[in-house]
Amino acid sequence: MAREMPYIAAIGEAIHLEMARDESVLYFGQNIATTDDDPFLAAFGHDRVRVTPISETAEIGMAVGAALAGYRPVVELYMAEFMLVAMDQVVNEAPRFRYMSGGKVKVPLVLKAGYGFTAGWAGQHTGSIYSMFMGVPGLKVVLPATAADAKGLMATAIRDDNPVCFFHHYLLTLEHGEVPEGEYLVPFGEAAVRRTGKDVTIVAIGWMVDRALAAAERLAADGVDAEVIDPRTLAPLDTATILESVAKTGRLVLVDQATRHGSASAVIAAEVADQGFDSLRAPIKQVTALDATIPYSEPMERFVLPDEDKIVAAVHQVLGSAPVAAQA
Amino acid sequence: MSEPGPAPILPSSAALDAPAALALLRTMWRIRVFEERVGVLKRADEVYGLIHLSIGGEGVAAAVCTQLRDDDLVYSGHRAHGHAIAKGAPPDRILAELMGRSDGLCHGLGGSMHLVDVEHGLMGATGVVGGNIPLALGSALAARLSGGEEVAVVFFGDGAVQAGHFNESINLAALWRLPVILVCENNGFAEFTPRSAHTIVERVCDVVAPYGLERETVDGNDVEAVWEAFGRFLGVARGGEGPLLLECLTYRLRGHYEGDPTQYREALAAEEWQQRDPIMRLARRGAAAGWFAAEEVEAAEREAREAVEAAVGFARQSPYPGVELIEELVYAGAQA
Repeated sequence: MAREMPYIAAIGEAIHLEMARDESVLYFGQNIATTDDDPFLAAFGHDRVRVTPISETAEIGMAVGAALAGYRPVVELYMAEFMLVAMDQVVNEAPRFRYMSGGKVKVPLVLKAGYGFTAGWAGQHTGSIYSMFMGVPGLKVVLPATAADAKGLMATAIRDDNPVCFFHHYLLTLEHGEVPEGEYLVPFGEAAVRRTGKDVTIVAIGWMVDRALAAAERLAADGVDAEVIDPRTLAPLDTATILESVAKTGRLVLVDQATRHGSASAVIAAEVADQGFDSLRAPIKQVTALDATIPYSEPMERFVLPDEDKIVAAVHQVLGSAPVAAQA
Repeated sequence: MSEPGPAPILPSSAALDAPAALALLRTMWRIRVFEERVGVLKRADEVYGLIHLSIGGEGVAAAVCTQLRDDDLVYSGHRAHGHAIAKGAPPDRILAELMGRSDGLCHGLGGSMHLVDVEHGLMGATGVVGGNIPLALGSALAARLSGGEEVAVVFFGDGAVQAGHFNESINLAALWRLPVILVCENNGFAEFTPRSAHTIVERVCDVVAPYGLERETVDGNDVEAVWEAFGRFLGVARGGEGPLLLECLTYRLRGHYEGDPTQYREALAAEEWQQRDPIMRLARRGAAAGWFAAEEVEAAEREAREAVEAAVGFARQSPYPGVELIEELVYAGAQA
């Protein structure tokens, strides 16, 4: 049975269910479980649910050590940017241990981090920095765009034997969606085709999935039939589903809230150019944020971000159906 | 929080005796000969990559690790060979790792700076100074949660103390009273720079003073002193208490890495080194105490040379690993 619930509650439900299922799952983080009536604390106690100081390096490093010793920690980081404080642990320790040990150890660990809070949170709390992690061998990177995926990807992340960066979008926090009850797992590396279409493939990441679906509805009114793909996980990346779609439509528009250079969108564009060039009937088009730090002021913030208008314009451009100036 | 209550009370020390002293002597010789041989192999290009030797500091590794069990989890850093040998990792498999061979501890994927031997509780060595310290907290937390009496030990140099990793970890370990023993090998040099150029705090024990944790500074080249101090600390940690900090003042006879021209310091005079060498000191101490005869000291060195030569032969004949391992090991396949 599925029922409506907010995206953030779906994540919490997954963590709760996994903690109940497996005693080795621990939950650490700043500002969590600060009162005794906290539902995690009430259910699992102070040993497994721990509030930490503002010490990302110690928190994440400790989680890596606990993972090496057989536990499955989930570290609550709130803002994705806070992970940057502990890049040594996230990039150089957690994902490299299994490999450098010749497979002798494993590091099952979830780093839960919110991103993209483009609601006036300014330059250091709004970044869509997932692409910084998707190229790190040994790390997995997941970005749920729906409440159901938020639950299913978190459950899978906790059961995975590798370190997983779980990026949830802050502007989806209270968005409601149908979420299955009980055990629900969404496999990694399987993109979701959110809308089928024959004229153009739109690959949209995270928060951009809903923007792309809204743009697709507007395009339908103009007689354009867009397919919308949500990769759901960037590492592993389901390149096959994207290539199949492009083989059908011949056109690709990528929508990513991140800045363009070094983005997930740029990586997908490169894969399609490398492996699917023969399918393309038009150049690949990227709709991304401008290469700028997110400004505070609301109209300026809107200006730098991708939106429905920019997606619609890009689709018309690859279809050759409307002359649109190249996006900056 | 449900952390244990009272502050640690150090148990009275057990004195070093003849069997333990002989074990220390053998371990130190094994490390010394291994490290010297690695230096020769490095200069002959038989050892491939970046190598950091611990000659001069063998006493700390021996005094700490010979008192640990296989299920006590140890983390080391870039200068890890001595810790690995003392913790029981087979020298032939360490040497094969240094040569990048398939029989290496990590099948050639880790190398000198990333030795792992889970069987003997060597959980890992990291190449980023200080990066290993929070990992040991995790192992200590795991020991606490599983109710065992195993302890976590992390080795790091005085250079790591100025890094954020150390300060965050000390705070958290003290807050949660984790059973971890931090062993600082203070050789006075952080890579190529003297401690005085890094910090105004001379003793690492003073850095942690505000946390009130058990701490002691010992002469790290006096293996008996390290053994006794660590033994007391271990008694506390076995009882589930901590953290504890043991600062061992020691000496790095070689440069930071093999090939380092060491222009930043004067070489120690041979006579002075004779006085400070932890192996020679224990040999003199043991002879005076009647712990071992001259033949036993000679045998310890001879056995070490034989073991290391056998390791060289083993490593030389080990094949290079197949490249299919690369794809196989980037991610753990199974899910729980």
